Amino acid sequence: MKHIAIIGNGISGVTAARHIRKLSDHKITLISAETEHFFSRTALMYVYMGHMKQEHVKPYEDHFWSKNRIDLKFGYVSKVDANNKKLVFDNQEELEFDDLIIACGSKPNKFGWKGQDLDGVQGLYSWQDLELMGKNSVNCERAVIVGGGLIGVEMAEMFLSRGIKVTFLVREKRFWGSVLPKEESELVSRHIISHHVDLRFETELEEIIPDENGRAKAIRTNDGEEIICQFVGLTAGVGPNVDFLNGGSVDLNRGVLVNEFLETNIPNVYSIGDCAEFHQHPTGRRNMEQVWYTGKMMGETVAQTICGTKTAYKPGIWFNSAKFFDIEYQTYGWVWAQPKENEAVLYWEHNDGKKCLKLIYDNNNGSFLAVNVFGIRLRHKVLDYWIKNETKIEEVLQNLEDANFEPQFYENSFPEIKKMFLLQLPKTV
Amino acid sequence: MTKIDKDIALVTGPPKDINNVQKIATLIGMSGLLILVLAAFNVNFPHKGIWLAIALASIAGGIILYSKGAYGNKQEGIKNDGVWFKSISNRGFWGWIAGIAMTGFYIVLYFFPALLGLNADGENTGIISLFDPLSRMLSGNAASQWFVYGTMYTVAIIAFGIKFMWKYRHNKYERLRTFSVMFFQTGFAFIIPELMTRLNSDKFSLPYYDLKNVWPLNYSNFEQYRVDDMISAGNVGLGLLIFGVASVLIITPIMTYKYGKRWYCSWVCGCGGLAETAGDPFRQLSDKSTWAWKMERWMVHSVVVFVVIMTTAVVSTYLGYDDQKYWLTRETFLIGVIAILTILIGLLFFFRRDELKKDAKIGAIGYFVIIVAMIGIHYSAGSRIFIFEAETLRSTYGFLIGSVFSGVIGTGFYPILGNRSWCRFGCPMAAIMGMQQRFFSKFRITTNGGQCISCGNCSTYCEMGIDVKAYAQKGQNIVRSSCVGCGVCSAVCPRGVLKLENGEDSGDSRYDSDPITFGNDGIKLNM
Repeated sequence: MKHIAIIGNGISGVTAARHIRKLSDHKITLISAETEHFFSRTALMYVYMGHMKQEHVKPYEDHFWSKNRIDLKFGYVSKVDANNKKLVFDNQEELEFDDLIIACGSKPNKFGWKGQDLDGVQGLYSWQDLELMGKNSVNCERAVIVGGGLIGVEMAEMFLSRGIKVTFLVREKRFWGSVLPKEESELVSRHIISHHVDLRFETELEEIIPDENGRAKAIRTNDGEEIICQFVGLTAGVGPNVDFLNGGSVDLNRGVLVNEFLETNIPNVYSIGDCAEFHQHPTGRRNMEQVWYTGKMMGETVAQTICGTKTAYKPGIWFNSAKFFDIEYQTYGWVWAQPKENEAVLYWEHNDGKKCLKLIYDNNNGSFLAVNVFGIRLRHKVLDYWIKNETKIEEVLQNLEDANFEPQFYENSFPEIKKMFLLQLPKTV
Repeated sequence: MTKIDKDIALVTGPPKDINNVQKIATLIGMSGLLILVLAAFNVNFPHKGIWLAIALASIAGGIILYSKGAYGNKQEGIKNDGVWFKSISNRGFWGWIAGIAMTGFYIVLYFFPALLGLNADGENTGIISLFDPLSRMLSGNAASQWFVYGTMYTVAIIAFGIKFMWKYRHNKYERLRTFSVMFFQTGFAFIIPELMTRLNSDKFSLPYYDLKNVWPLNYSNFEQYRVDDMISAGNVGLGLLIFGVASVLIITPIMTYKYGKRWYCSWVCGCGGLAETAGDPFRQLSDKSTWAWKMERWMVHSVVVFVVIMTTAVVSTYLGYDDQKYWLTRETFLIGVIAILTILIGLLFFFRRDELKKDAKIGAIGYFVIIVAMIGIHYSAGSRIFIFEAETLRSTYGFLIGSVFSGVIGTGFYPILGNRSWCRFGCPMAAIMGMQQRFFSKFRITTNGGQCISCGNCSTYCEMGIDVKAYAQKGQNIVRSSCVGCGVCSAVCPRGVLKLENGEDSGDSRYDSDPITFGNDGIKLNM
């Protein structure tokens, strides 16, 4: 029986702990300085908006941990002494381990903006960020959000739910332009604006201006415009939360460097989730992926290795999802913001401008590659099968309704989509 | 932890006060309610019909206008902002006030109707007299406390039903389902039975019969006075009696097999109808703990055992001492009941023994208790079952289950226990359909591959207290006997994970779960 210490009780660390327990009798210690119990980070916004309380965003009841003999340790690891196989906490307490999993997650990016550390300026990642956001929302009339990604949209929705006006600065020409193709990006932008968000493209934060108490009172954009606000949200992505590892023996780049087995340079020390950075991603995707699902998969994988079945991390077909105010988004396979040369695109948009479906297939052999969908629910297993098996686009179109995961009685757009796409399809494919 | 919650909720407070439209709406609704309260305190209104119409129209109009204020200016989508900040919906001060007021109303209604102005020997007074004109218009008779209750119940389902449809206007499943409960309440529970009593004469008397109210929810359906009425009312009466039996033994099993118990619980049933409409703001208050789940199974199945024994005892009693009157003898009836139960339990154990596991023991105990009780009924003299009179059993059931549980606690405690505590912990009809739903039905909620993010919205807004996410995060179908198929888990899911289905499924996939996230191709398990 070994002792496995896990730093971080987010989805990655918890998944690893659960699977180690399924596979073995090892002693497991799950360490966090954030909250005593695991909660779903993706649900933070719902707590702020009053949809749920903290007890509702805990995926497991509190008795789950003792029942599964997973020890919880609430404390901050300030140093990893990898050579002596021990952790040192900020109160000088020590904990010895046989295996260590570093799953300490991310923190919001700050790009050296002037005034980025003022009061009333923050990102949104941790439970503490949420608490702070609650306090910073008092007497707030306008918030400025910097960075057009998923957390930015969530933050905008959160503020609007409390009647706080929002100005949203996006550096790119269009919303989430690094990820979404033009049509989808425009659809999302229209929807954000329809919720009365003051959305500004090609606008960057120049400076945050303090009042006499060191609190943000306005921002200046790169156009020189001053916007009065009581809150500045920094949502330009997240980066690995690995400062406590600086100067230690575990190799770092931006994150903790790992190989395909999620092993670091030190034997018996692993890293998973947001904070892990691959030397070379096993499937050629980006070397860091800060996504719920990949964190979960890494946790499952590292548990296999630790319990004796050395297993490489091998995620299957990419998938992801999000919700932009009232519009749900799903994606399967990889849809590039700009189609690759061999890629052909089929695009349908509903008359109401709130639903769309984009299929990508290979121009050369007609294989189905990827899909983006807004406002319609698709069936994961069907899409995964089609993409994995390089199903021909005609076959996909003929069976498109198999992928329908919409609730019963919903307006069925599939016949219309199928008809339109079949007409668009070149006969030669 | 609780401190943290407090900080976020209290430091910043609820998002926004109600807007002006909602304020006016509250004023209108409350003034309608005030008329009823004044009538209850014996203010004698002239032109009762007109005042009643004003009162009911103001209440309904107020509720509908309030909905317009709440949802009219917002885009289609999920409307749960601030649910846990408002004291009415977070078990706070106004929640308790509402709970106490409603509980008080139910106690007066069930046990002290005279306080409402019921007068068996002469003219009604108080609030009941206010309803006399409407009652005379429908049935030709003066109102009773049940007529007052039925009218207000119907108004509540219609007005709050419109509110619910407004709230979920993007969701056609919710709109259709709500229209359905509004229709069945207004037509089947309210207007048709009232009109049916118009057909009654000295020679011809139909019992008050809400056709959609099926035994065992309608536990008194086979009592002697009702059965006598039906038998004496010629073909129509006999038809009703046969329909009553067929509802339990034929219609319910077929519908539940095809669609799950939602066909009844959230599309037809009156209790469900009120829970889904007026009770909707309280759905998040149901207890999701495994402890509550355990309680639920013990309680609701005990009620099933109780209602089966009670009904059998009551029926066999009058079959016993009036054996000239009925073609069914007491012996045949008892043997029939035992035979049906044995066949049902036999089928369950034969086809579903693998899934039953430890539940099998509890099921066997329930069956054993019932059979012993049947034998007890058979060998006991007259109307006794062991030491109890059948009538004592009936009145105890009526008091404890029919009145206290389903009414006072089930509805009165909406703002404390959530809107479905009766359906979950007490309703024997729901329990019987639930057993079928669990083992012999096509209905299940499917989850969408690996897309779940464990956010907890589905579990929070499940009125039956099912921890939906516990299944969804494992990629497992939800096949739970208590699920009433309201569809709200699917609606509030931000990632499109849940879908209510009754199409074909391949047997095994119904219950299996994959321990590895769908889409993680690196791990091949030999399980």
